[in-house]
Amino acid sequence: MSINRDVAVFDQYRAATKAPVLAAEHLSLGYAGASGVVAAVDDVSFKIAEGDRLVLLGPSGCGKSSILRAVAGFHTPTRGRILSRGRPIDGPGPDRVVVFQEFDQLLPWKSARENVAFPLVHARGESRRLARERADEALELVGLLRARNSYPHELSGGMKQRVAIARALAMEPDVLLMDEPFAALDALTRRKMQSDLLAVVERVGATLLFVTHSIQEAVMIGTHLHLLSPHPGRTVAEFEVTGRSDAERKSTVREVERLLVGEEVAA
Amino acid sequence: MSEIAQPFAPRVSASLVRVANTPAARRIAAVLVLILAWELAAILQNNPIMLPRFSATVLAAIDAIRSDNIVGAVWVSLSVLLKGYAIALAVTLALVAAAAVNGFARDMLQMLTAMLNPLPAIALLPLALLWFGLGETSIIFVLCHAVVWPLSLAALTGFDTVPPTQRLVGRNYGLSGPKFLALILIPAALPSLLSGLKIGWAFAWRTLIAAELVFGVTSGSGGLGWFIFRNRNDLLTDKVFAGLATVIAIGLLVEILVFRTIEQRTVRRWGMAR
Ligand SMILES: Nc1ncnc2c1ncn2[C@@H]1O[C@H](COP(=O)(O)OP(=O)(O)O)[C@@H](O)[C@H]1O
Ligand SMILES: [Mg+2]
Repeated sequence: MSINRDVAVFDQYRAATKAPVLAAEHLSLGYAGASGVVAAVDDVSFKIAEGDRLVLLGPSGCGKSSILRAVAGFHTPTRGRILSRGRPIDGPGPDRVVVFQEFDQLLPWKSARENVAFPLVHARGESRRLARERADEALELVGLLRARNSYPHELSGGMKQRVAIARALAMEPDVLLMDEPFAALDALTRRKMQSDLLAVVERVGATLLFVTHSIQEAVMIGTHLHLLSPHPGRTVAEFEVTGRSDAERKSTVREVERLLVGEEVAA
Repeated sequence: MSEIAQPFAPRVSASLVRVANTPAARRIAAVLVLILAWELAAILQNNPIMLPRFSATVLAAIDAIRSDNIVGAVWVSLSVLLKGYAIALAVTLALVAAAAVNGFARDMLQMLTAMLNPLPAIALLPLALLWFGLGETSIIFVLCHAVVWPLSLAALTGFDTVPPTQRLVGRNYGLSGPKFLALILIPAALPSLLSGLKIGWAFAWRTLIAAELVFGVTSGSGGLGWFIFRNRNDLLTDKVFAGLATVIAIGLLVEILVFRTIEQRTVRRWGMAR
């Protein structure tokens, strides 16, 4: 009894003090237009703890990709800051690996295995032999070990995205950044990729920042949702997805629809 | 007998048709038709000084190899060409690298390329002779001109058309400077770079033969252009034809053996070019 209670207290204590892997504080992003800076994102804040899967959800053009690019270090915020393990980020880095939506993110001159091994060798300085072994492990994780010697042009869109996910996972980044990685796939492949991604990410305990405009996808993948309104992107709501049963998911989807679509209808 | 022969005959002709329809067979047929036309035209013309027969040209080529040292002439031409090509590659690399890091250098290179690319290299030969005198340096100078601008143009467009996602992937993994250039930009731009190298080679080869025609002997022995010029002066037209055929053969050989092989093993294998 008392041991159980102590463990529970310890868990609570750990949860309270766990430093976020990634934090965005009052993030504002803009693009230089013809008439000054056009705001794309306005004052968005979030925290991602170890093992969390935060989904940024909102309609097209609300600034999801902009946020992701800023977190990746490709884009400098006009205001606010981004902290990686408490330290402000300084440009792109392999601690935040991006999986893009575009199929051409694989390097066409490298086989699937070489693509996965590439950053291990050139960003982490691992030996080629070790990198190859680890690439095979990562490809096995996404179910593509058999296709390891294929070149990207010989792979289907879904397989390319699997290789990209394997390449990102093999780097063991602090946080994995995904920008609508399944948006260009057909509906059936997309469903399969979603459940497979979830299984793999849960198995390795990866921390995720996932961007999508699909409510179904967000509820399927996220442990935490962050809803954004368009032009410029502002926080509408944020909450934790607790129930994972079908009925609970459906009610979450309805709740999100009310928040995102209902608001638009009312406005 | 006829029962056996009948089903057999169409099969033979069908497979003959199939063989005859391969691209190689069609090409050989086209060459044979051209040779036949040449031979006929020469017989009708009946003036070997104006137009020697194909058979006479073949004999002249054999004679040229045996006693006129055409192989040596080819070697002289190729060694000058390789020297010029190598220097041009180094110059282009320096120019493009400068353009990659510096905006002004980039504008400059773009302007120079646009201006000098349309200028036939051989048109610079008189000026080169004035500057560098009668010698290999002048030839190498015009060769460089023939290669540097088309290759720079190909490199600039190649780097410009690298997919943005692949650039971001490189930056995501912390690559920058020479590492980014070597590991991302150059392989991603390889289709364009290879076609630039190919165009550069073809321009250089033409320029060299033309320069040798104007020039004559550079060092002790002359090149292939000089071989052609010398035999024309001696009215040995069959040897002129043999020289021209050698120019074509070497051009094609390098194109097929070197460039096509490289393309097959790289950009085609990777699905970056068809
Ligand atoms: N490179 C850019 N230059 C100018 N405006 C941009 C650029 N990228 C995005 N935007 C603008 O910023 C807003 C947010 O875009 P984005 O982040 O791509 O949204 P999302 O990913 O949610 O669809 C849009 O209005 C878009 O037009
Ligand atoms: Mg987007």
